[in-house]
Amino acid sequence: MSPIIEIRGLSVVFDGFRAIDGIDLTVEEGELRFLIGPNGAGKTTLVDVITGLTRPTTGEVVFDGRSLAGLREHSIVRLGVGRTFQTSVVFEELTVLENLDLAASFRRPLWSLTRRRRGISEAVADALETTGLRELADRPAGVLSHGQRQWLEIGMLLTQSPKLLLLDEPVAGMSKDERERTGELLTSVADDHTVIVIEHDMEFLRRYASQVTVLHEGKVLIEGSVDQVRDDPRVQEVYLGRKRGDAVSTGS
Amino acid sequence: MNLTRLKGPGLFAAVAVLALVVAPLVLEPFRLGLLAKYLCFAIVALGIGLAWGQGGMLVLGQGVFFGLGGYAMGMHLKLVDAQGDLPDFMIWSGVEQLPALWKPFANPVFALAMVVLGPMLIAAVLGLLVFRQRVRGAYFAILTQALAAAFVILLVGRQGLTGGTNGLTNFFDLFGQDLAADSTQRGLYFVVAIVTGLLYLGARQLVGSRFGRLLVAIRDGEDRVRFLGYDPARVKTVVFAISAGMAGLAGALFVPVVGIISPALLGVVPSLELVVAVAVGGRFALAGAILGAVVMGYAKTSFSEQFADGWLYLQGELFILVMTLAPKGILGLAASARDALARRPRRPTAPKPPPTDDASGRRVMEEVG
Amino acid sequence: MEAFLNQLPIGLSIGAVLLLIALGLTFTFGQMGVINMAHGEFIMAGAYTAYLLQDLTGRMAVIVALPVAFLVAGLMGLILERAAIRHFYGRPLDTLLLTWGVSLVLQQLARDLFGAPNVQVQAPTWLQGGIASLPYNRLFIFGLAVATVIGIWAYMNRTGAGRRMQAVMQNRQLAAVSGINTARVDQRTFFIGSGLAGVAGVALTLIGPVGPALGTYYIVDAFLVVVAGGLGQLRGAVIAAAGLGLLNSYAEFWSDASLAKVIVFAAIIAFLQFRPQGLFVLRSRALT
Repeated sequence: MSPIIEIRGLSVVFDGFRAIDGIDLTVEEGELRFLIGPNGAGKTTLVDVITGLTRPTTGEVVFDGRSLAGLREHSIVRLGVGRTFQTSVVFEELTVLENLDLAASFRRPLWSLTRRRRGISEAVADALETTGLRELADRPAGVLSHGQRQWLEIGMLLTQSPKLLLLDEPVAGMSKDERERTGELLTSVADDHTVIVIEHDMEFLRRYASQVTVLHEGKVLIEGSVDQVRDDPRVQEVYLGRKRGDAVSTGS
Repeated sequence: MNLTRLKGPGLFAAVAVLALVVAPLVLEPFRLGLLAKYLCFAIVALGIGLAWGQGGMLVLGQGVFFGLGGYAMGMHLKLVDAQGDLPDFMIWSGVEQLPALWKPFANPVFALAMVVLGPMLIAAVLGLLVFRQRVRGAYFAILTQALAAAFVILLVGRQGLTGGTNGLTNFFDLFGQDLAADSTQRGLYFVVAIVTGLLYLGARQLVGSRFGRLLVAIRDGEDRVRFLGYDPARVKTVVFAISAGMAGLAGALFVPVVGIISPALLGVVPSLELVVAVAVGGRFALAGAILGAVVMGYAKTSFSEQFADGWLYLQGELFILVMTLAPKGILGLAASARDALARRPRRPTAPKPPPTDDASGRRVMEEVG
Repeated sequence: MEAFLNQLPIGLSIGAVLLLIALGLTFTFGQMGVINMAHGEFIMAGAYTAYLLQDLTGRMAVIVALPVAFLVAGLMGLILERAAIRHFYGRPLDTLLLTWGVSLVLQQLARDLFGAPNVQVQAPTWLQGGIASLPYNRLFIFGLAVATVIGIWAYMNRTGAGRRMQAVMQNRQLAAVSGINTARVDQRTFFIGSGLAGVAGVALTLIGPVGPALGTYYIVDAFLVVVAGGLGQLRGAVIAAAGLGLLNSYAEFWSDASLAKVIVFAAIIAFLQFRPQGLFVLRSRALT
């Protein structure tokens, strides 16, 4: 196995506030890694840095052997990093199918997009299948429920065959059933993708996580298996101790 | 909302017959000329519909591109009429030698190329500079308006180069044809009508393609599109440049049809008037843009003929009413009316809430506050 | 050199007028996301207020008109906000077009009421003349802008209403759930912003004639001040207005009036390459 992403000495300072304070993190190819931590730990900021939304103050992110420094968001996506957002953003006026097709077409040259779409590409058909949205393919995405939107977002990523998927709180605000289905989706996605999941939901973490990195106040507190992390007294103090059983929480 | 019946090929064919057969037969030359003028505006409006209705870029300075196209054409016609001498207005302004900027416009191919390429190039440079920096929405609108204001002041100030406030006028010869002849004007009408139709079909093709979906996606969530691996700046620049090219072409057609191009036609107010026309017609459908431009052009002529001052009131009030009551314009009203008729047997329909520029939930906050 | 120095008060007084106009725009834009194209007509209303007051007060009209024009333009703004704009919050581009319709109607109204030709407002005799190359009328406008900025600063930072305004500007939702009546704050902001346009209109009577289209000459530049200064930022507006005023007057001085606006436009585009969100920004992580 080789590292798909290496983060070295990363710091992010917002107007004097250290959102990330010297993080080193390596994720191997094929891994399913959970990132947890209390509010303000720097989880979303970390994902923002990887995907180019936020510029690091110091340190660098190396993806697939290549530094991401100075790259714009869309270029990073083109290298193979896909992400979802806490509040899912899909294009409400486009149909589910069009959303997926748009995502799938991202490597086509711009001029070739001016031709009309004929039929459904294999990647899009697969994504419709995996996410269970086939029935809704021709409905505008605006009518989807919160859970369905998250699945659509994940489906859109899948059509792009990214080398790394970053999911930012995929089950936040979901019902129990929806969390269940998202978990299954995650398991099947993780089979053939490298995935980093930011999650707050402890129950979800216990059921689906293997490797966990705990962030606290912009630093890596501990890294290890779910059991190791759970039994660590520092984690219990800053996080699990206070948050145990707290299934619904938002923001980070 | 069901606009498909309005957009059908049948309807397009009907409009085409109306425009190419019926109108030339029943309209006297003067009225046909007016219709050609409205269609020139309709071409600009089509570009606005593309940039604003589909792409969310409110362009308040299309007059600039209309003017660039118009002046390119006007310069060529002036040079042809001058037959190697200086254009008349230059002599009156005391210019002694043909300015270097004018020289290449003696060549018809160069002039016609500049009609489209000039506006597209300027829009592309401006678009790239601002869109790359993620200047958008109202900021972009303000910048395009400032450009229109600056452009007009420049034109007025450079009397010897541009004809100043009077602009370029008194054209006689169009590619060997007598411009004053009815047959020439009739021919011009056909050219304008066919160009309008072709551009409409081209724009529809674009909107219906993946590119069109991408454009709508950028309108509704530009940042999200970035995380799908697209560069919104490129797409927006392309569309802005296309809309500028359309405006330039319209300006070039306008010059022989109406016989003048002057700063008064290009400034902040004329640019905004065309945006108004698009909103009145229905900005979310390309046909709405064309419809709006023709309707507003006709309304302006008719009302100005009767009471000149009233037009400003009427236009202002019409606009307030459209924005308040029918943000989707005439086409939106037509569609709701049809929906209401179709649904009447079952239940009365509630009007749909107007679309919002951003889904910030301001309405809810208003109630809280 | 003297000609160069002569441009300085001209540039600064243009900047001062732009600032008075732009303050209202930047706060309504920053707070409510409203682009008010009718703002220019509030300037015009202020100028005509001074013109009308001449009959009553003679040469003191300009001074008396300052508070009166503030009220007149402020009330016009309040009516506009209550009657139309509040239904359009969250739709900045629609508001822009709506208020442009209002602006057309107001201009035509002025033409019908006061006639199309320009009129003059007589400045007080003690504002004629000047010290060396500093005309008193331009100094007066400059002083007026300084006083206004101090007043606005004090209002925003020293009064409860001003702090509520800042709260709404920074986070409307949070302000609303914290018990701030955001609708009232919006009305107040609109009233003050429009009132300042009226004051600017009075100031403009000191340096030029008054006509129905008075507002249109300044509104585009005032919007550029908002773009360059950053939303809802007092210091941004001050610096940007001064910068634009000076740039305008020196661009005219070095080239000519017709090229000046093009130079200013190019300068703004160049500036946006370094500061795309204006001089000062409120940082936010929200994805729009």
